[in-house]
Amino acid sequence: MELQFIFSQFLSGLTTAIFLFLIASGLSLVFGVLRVLNFAHGTFYMLGAYIAWQVVHWLSPSKEAFWPAALLAAGAIAVLGLLVERLMFRYLYDKEELYQLLFTYALVLILGDAAKIVWGTEQLSVTRPPVLEGSLRVMGTLIPEYNLFVMILGSAIAVGFWVILTRTGVGRMIRAAAMDREMLGALGANVGWLYTGVFVVSSFLAGLSGALVTPIKAIVPGMDVEIIVEAFIVVVIGGLGSFWGTFLGALIYGQVLSFGILIFPRFSIFSVFALMAVILIVRPWGLLGRPLR
Amino acid sequence: MAALLQVENLHTAYGLSKVLFGISAEIDAGECVVLLGRNGVGKSTTIKSIMGLLTPAQGRVVWKGQDITGWAPHRIARAGIGFVPEDRRVFPELSVWENLDIAARAARRPGHWTMDAVYDLFPQLASMRNRMGGYLSGGEQQMLTIARTLMGNPELLLLDEPSEGLAPLVVDMLLEKIGELKRGGLTILLAEQGLEFSLALADRVYVLEKGTVRHSGPSRELREDRALADRLLAL
Repeated sequence: MELQFIFSQFLSGLTTAIFLFLIASGLSLVFGVLRVLNFAHGTFYMLGAYIAWQVVHWLSPSKEAFWPAALLAAGAIAVLGLLVERLMFRYLYDKEELYQLLFTYALVLILGDAAKIVWGTEQLSVTRPPVLEGSLRVMGTLIPEYNLFVMILGSAIAVGFWVILTRTGVGRMIRAAAMDREMLGALGANVGWLYTGVFVVSSFLAGLSGALVTPIKAIVPGMDVEIIVEAFIVVVIGGLGSFWGTFLGALIYGQVLSFGILIFPRFSIFSVFALMAVILIVRPWGLLGRPLR
Repeated sequence: MAALLQVENLHTAYGLSKVLFGISAEIDAGECVVLLGRNGVGKSTTIKSIMGLLTPAQGRVVWKGQDITGWAPHRIARAGIGFVPEDRRVFPELSVWENLDIAARAARRPGHWTMDAVYDLFPQLASMRNRMGGYLSGGEQQMLTIARTLMGNPELLLLDEPSEGLAPLVVDMLLEKIGELKRGGLTILLAEQGLEFSLALADRVYVLEKGTVRHSGPSRELREDRALADRLLAL
């Protein structure tokens, strides 16, 4: 294989990886802190995409509608997250996992159908914002500027996320809440609002990712379930609740998918599932995760 | 003047198993009061009921004249009651410094106890400020939990079995430090099984048995009448 070809496959894997990281990191954070596996996280992503499309549609024919649309979509999903957490989610924290899963799955079904009622079942698409329409040639490979932008933004969010978690007071509180919620409350912290904050940030990221993906992928019903399965694989590989595990899992997923296509052209997803199966057997808690007590 | 903390006729259960059957107690400002008794008589349950970690089925907890029964633990902490749990519960993957820092942020009660002040009280902690809580010895963890609670500048310190599972030398050191806190004017409610440890600190004792108060009075009584102490603490 030519080096240039390998490089272009690598870049395409990296783009996939960054999107997956943005989505899976929220899923992983909510699980790590709130201890709830939120199936509806993928639905938030899909709704972010639909809302972005809607705003672009309203603002058309403005060429620069994409940016306000992306921000509005992320903001709207953050508000949705706020309502879901304050009004519903918080009653689930001390319930059995089965109830939590059933509840979040119910949200997937209800919001998924609601999206079909509002936006129909046709494919929708959003064009790339004009400033990023071009392509750059890197090592002989053409890379769309938009993909490059997503890679940089995604990496910046990853670094920012990590800095907040490890270097700020609120980050220390979030990590403490993940370790011992009750003790943190007894020290005076309002853990309820801390949970709300974590959920809202995670929803914002899901909505933002949904909006950012629209110039690359068509918006279709079912993209919610597709992405949540992928995000699950990422966190299973990397370790649920582990920040760098999620990052590593997303990178591995992207590359395995990208190069797996060359080996099993018609079953590219197979290589990812095979990898997940191996990890589940050898290291069930994921590469950088840790065994549950 | 009314007591700083009044506990009135507390009945608390874990699910269907009742543990407290009408506990009443009072603590005045500046006092050190000990809840004394064997394992399972309801000492920890009383402390957790005061802290809001358990909700009593009946009875009241009154703090500075205000009924705080049923308040969330974080409100009770911010009202000035500091809780040191029996199983220590340091945050294992936060450093010593981080454990102390979040406690100050959580309680939002600035005052005498700052990072420097707790390092002065426990110089050992200062020398290991970057070590993870999970890598400390039992005694070091106990110092850290006490220091952590002090960071919230409580007016009343609830200490749940601080000497449990620690080596005698460490217990002596803790005794000295808690004595120092007491002399500094801090009000302390201590749950303890050890008679010597309790008598060394207590102004007054409540001896608990099967979820009720079996005896209450100045600790002097038990210090002077060992036969009474033995009788009260025998099963």
